[in-house]
This record gives sequence, structure tokens and C-alpha cells, in this order.
Amino acid sequence: MSSMRILIIEDDRDAAAYLVKAFREAGHSVDHAADGVLGYDLAHEGHYDVAIVDRMLPKMDGLALIGALRAQGVETPALILSALGQVDDRVKGLRAGGDDYLAKPYAFSELLARVEILARRSPKGSPEETVYRLGDLVLDRLSHKVTRAGEEILLQPREFRLLEYLMQNAGKVVTRTMLLEHVWDYHFDPQTNVIDVHVSRLRAKIDRDFDAPMLHTVRGAGYMIRDGVR
Amino acid sequence: MTAFAKLFRATAFRLTFAILGLSAVGAGLVLAGVAWQVIKLVDDEMRQTIDAEASGLSEQYDIGGIRRLGAVIEARSRRPGSSLYLLTDSAGEPLAGNVAQMPPDALDHAGFINTIYESADESAPRRRALARIFELPGGFRLLVGHDLADRGRIGAVMIRAMALSLIVFVALAALGALFVARRVLRRIDAMNQSAHAIMAGDLTRRLPVSGSDDELDRLAGGLNEMLARISNLMAGMREVSDNIAHDLRTPLTRLRNHAEDALRGAADPVAYRAALERTIEESDGLIKVFNALLLIARAEAGADRAGMSAFDVGETVASVAELYEPLADQQGAALKVEAARGLFITGNRELIGQAVANLIDNAVKYGAGGVGAAASTRPEIGVTAQREGDMITIEVGDRGPGIPDAERGRAVQRFVRLESARSRPGSGLGLSLAAAVVRLHGGSVRLEDNAPGLKVSVSLPAGAPALPSPAAKAAA
Repeated sequence: MSSMRILIIEDDRDAAAYLVKAFREAGHSVDHAADGVLGYDLAHEGHYDVAIVDRMLPKMDGLALIGALRAQGVETPALILSALGQVDDRVKGLRAGGDDYLAKPYAFSELLARVEILARRSPKGSPEETVYRLGDLVLDRLSHKVTRAGEEILLQPREFRLLEYLMQNAGKVVTRTMLLEHVWDYHFDPQTNVIDVHVSRLRAKIDRDFDAPMLHTVRGAGYMIRDGVR
Repeated sequence: MTAFAKLFRATAFRLTFAILGLSAVGAGLVLAGVAWQVIKLVDDEMRQTIDAEASGLSEQYDIGGIRRLGAVIEARSRRPGSSLYLLTDSAGEPLAGNVAQMPPDALDHAGFINTIYESADESAPRRRALARIFELPGGFRLLVGHDLADRGRIGAVMIRAMALSLIVFVALAALGALFVARRVLRRIDAMNQSAHAIMAGDLTRRLPVSGSDDELDRLAGGLNEMLARISNLMAGMREVSDNIAHDLRTPLTRLRNHAEDALRGAADPVAYRAALERTIEESDGLIKVFNALLLIARAEAGADRAGMSAFDVGETVASVAELYEPLADQQGAALKVEAARGLFITGNRELIGQAVANLIDNAVKYGAGGVGAAASTRPEIGVTAQREGDMITIEVGDRGPGIPDAERGRAVQRFVRLESARSRPGSGLGLSLAAAVVRLHGGSVRLEDNAPGLKVSVSLPAGAPALPSPAAKAAA
């Protein structure tokens, strides 16, 4: 993952310091604003890959801040951090112009994975392709056909969408909750790790008969699909 | 505020006085009308009398000329009564009569005139009269009239009667207003006192209801129902906080113990790491419990009603079942799904999805290692969704040990983990969360015997239970 410019708008000093440190350790450059107005000014002028916005901020509320940025044509992807984790709060956040929503408390690995995927949506990102290729693995989004080394792999519709999402974000960590959100469109917390079983089924189909595994488990974070050869 | 000032400010009292004022004006108008009619009647009679006397006098004049007329007038003037006469010559000098001189304003007046005359009587020289002047040949003038003192007396009687009846009227109405206002005020004071007692913390108190089923009773009844709902919600809140206190303490203690244990032990990076990992795991578990509790509390308070929209429960059940299918398979059970489509309800898809997930999760956890199933076949977990009349029924049945009849009621309560389930992971909130979500949607949850195993049956009202949505209607 290449380095990103991240803006963190968070008024809690400890939480902000932790985030700044953790993102720097992950190899990104980070700016921090402690209130909404300062955050707006920074986001408006600086060209950030991602903004992480706390929902409740002094001087200017997080949602108002994102709304104001969007009104000014600033399309920097924004992830809303909030202590309000209910479904309708998430809907409100996304409606205000946020691109993703994460309820506190969160695991940093989850936040990092989401931020890295959000950054892809910056204007410099590539347009949507109809065929995803990763090494010898090919996924055709139109014909719903998947082949590896020329051999067709038969997938259930949901397995296809799982692989599609993973390949869309190839080389990046995708967490279990992100998979549940994007593949099943649910935001609740399944009591058992049902996603793991789905992934291991998919893995059995795309990796078992081949030498180089592509679908990797990232401990404590989630999954990543990448070309094992390179 | 004094009692009197309070009484005066009472709405009932003021209203009564307004009505009282209006009716007093009305009664006054009626009485004035009657008085006017009476006076008019008296007036008419006077005019007739004057005309009759004039024609009598004119006959005397015809018989005996001015001399005879003068004598007759002299004679009549001496009789007691309120008739007035004056005969003057061409120079205006009085010849006979009981009026001192012709009223100047009446001279050029042909008909009846209301005028002031100089009486011959010295005690009250200026008096009001109704009179008519007749021209006689030779410049003589004859005035025939009637003193108005009688009419005045009648008017005075009428005014006295009016004033008296008004006083009685006002007094009676004031008493009535006082009575009504005091009665209403006393009841409102009682309600107010109860309200203050309730505000002071006694939520069991209710507003007094008199039993007459009048407006005040209906108001008190409505407020009492509201109070009952509030105290139910308060009880729910108290229960939630009790549960939070009780059931978060245990994992918090464990969390603390792990950390303390690591600090006390040898300074071994591997052990530290393991302890930290356990701490994070434990806190993640805590967050899950906390989120579930919050969700239950919000669902039970009806707070999420705003986020409801129309969606297909059949699709939700199918997709959640599909989510769990590999897990069930891994646990050695077969998940069999029969979900009809087009089962629209108005609700929160996320919450219903979570509820269905919890039910299937339980079935997989407790029902997969079935005792009822033959060893050779895989235990089956059946998930169905179908419409039954106005209701949509979702059933999740397993072949596990089931729940004994006696314990089924307890199983849906928060944190209840039946003896047989103690050793397995879970917060114990899954079923009660599902039940709370279903209740929020106006439905119900029943636990039944699946012979063998447990069958959880959820009924949800089809269509638009809470908020009518055009989408739901169109789809249904």
C-alpha cells in the first residue's frame, strides 16, 4: 500500500494522538485538527486522500463539516467516527455525504482497512473495470465467470460477489464486517464468525488445486487477496 | 396568591361572568323594549284623550261662542287631574285655563307637541306636557294638553323593576359562577397536587377520577394512561441498568484480572502479548454485550420506529439463512430454507435481519449436535417464512435438546442462559434481542416443541403495521 495523506478531525486528545501515531506507523502521513472549523479549513485547502471525521466536534459538527465540504465541491473521501452506532445514525451519516461510518469503539485494524479502501475512491483511482485479473485468476463481472490458469471455477452467486469484492480491493486488507456490509448488505454483528466459513469455502475453490495461495488470512484484521507469485 | 384572587382567575369563573354580562345586557334590552311599549301606549291614550276633549270643547264653542268656551274651561281647570287647558285671545293674553301662558315653541306647531309649560301652580312652575293647540276664529287659541308626570311615574316604576331584577339576576349568576368555579377548581387543585407528588418521584400515584366521565375525568384518564406508560418505560430502564450493572461487572472483572495477572507474572514478552490479546478479546466481548443491551433497550423503548421502511422479510430470511448455511454445514447440520417472497412488512431490515440471525445462530449452536436425530443422518435445521392471513410467520426449528416447557418463558428473558447452555459461548442476549426486535415490529415470539428439538416461531404483522408506506401497499 502506497503512502496516503490522511486528515484526522477528532477533538479527543488521546484518541487523536493514538490515531496519528498508529497511521504514521502504518506508513501514512497524517494531519490532525482538533475542532470542526480548523478541520474544515485543512480539508478545504489540503489535498488529502482520506478524512477521518469524528461525529461530535466543537465549533462545527462532523456531519455539517462534511456537508459543507461537499457543497464546496471537495470530494475527499470521508469516514465518520461516531459513538452513535445505531443503524439510523449510520444512515444519517452516509446521507450527509460521508463515505463510510465506523462506530466507536473500533479496532484500529478495522479503521486502517476501511481507510485504505476509501482512498482508492479518490479521483486518481482507475475507472470500474468489467474484468478483474490477478495473476492467473480472472473474474468476468459481466458473464459471472471465474477462471484460474484457464480452468473454470464454479461459484455460488454469493461466493462470486465475495470474490468480486476481494478482487476489487486486491492487495488490501478487507475485514469481516466490510465483507458482511458489501456482500450481504448487513451491518449487524453476527454472533459467530460466519464470514470465516464462507471465505474458507471460497478459498477451497480458488486455491486448493493450485500451488500459490492467493486468498490470505491477515491475523487480527481480516482477509487479503493478492498474487502470490509477485 | 390569595384564594379569592385564584378563584377570580379561574377560567370557569371568568367564563361565567362573561355569560352573565351578556345576559344582563340582553335582559336590560328586553325590559327597555317593554318600557318603551308601555310609554307609547300611555302616550297614545293621552293623545286620544286630548283629541276627545278638544272635540268636546269645540262643541261648546259652537253652542255658546267664546264666552261659553271660557266658562267651561274655567270649570274643567278646577277639577283635579292632569288635564291642561289654556284659552288666549288674539293678543296672546290668557282668558281661561290652568296654564300660565302659551309655550312659545308650540305656537307654530300644528300637531301634538312635547313641551314645557308654565303651570299656574306656584309650587312647581315648569312641568312637561303633551299638548295640542287649536286655532279658533277671531285669533283665539285653545291649548289642550296633558301633564306628563303620570307617564314619568310609570317610567320610574319600570326602571326600578329593571334595576331590581338585574340585581337579583347578577347576584344569582355570581353565586352560580362561584359554585361552578369552586367545584372545578377544587378538582383541578387535587389533580395538580397529584401531579406534584408524581413529579416528586412517586410514580405510582395517579390523578383522581370522580367517576362522572366529564371532560375533567377524561383528561385525568388520559393523563393516567400516559403515566402508566411512562412508569412502564421507567421500570424497563431500571431493569436494563440493573442488568448492565450485573452482567457487565463479570466480564469487566475478568478483564481486570487478566491485566493484573500479566503485571504480576514474569516479565515475559510472550506472556504479555498473550495477556494483551486476551484483554482485547474480552473487551470486544464486552462491547458486543453492551451493543446488544443498547439495541434491546432501544427496541423496547420503541426508539427505532423512525428508521422503518417497507422490505421483503422473505428475502431477508433467505439471505440470513444463506449467510449461516456454511456454518451449519461445518457444524454437521443441514440448513433447510423455505422462504416465500413478497412478504412485505414495514420495519427495520437490519434489526429483523439481526433477529433472524440470532435465531439461526442459536439453532446452529444448540441444535446441531442433535440428540433427536439418528446418528447416520445429519440433524436438520428448518427455516421457513410464509404468510398466514394478516401475519407473516418465521419459524426456526432445530433437532437439539429443546427447552423444557417450564423454562420456555424464562428463555426469552435477558441474560438467561439455561443450565444446559452455560458451557457454551454467547452473551445470553440473542433470543431476548430477537424478542425485543419482534415486539418493536408489533409481533410476537413463541417457543414450541419441535418434537424433538426447539422451534422458535415469530409472528409479524404483514403490510404496514406502524407507519403506512406507499411502497409496502404497492408491493402487497
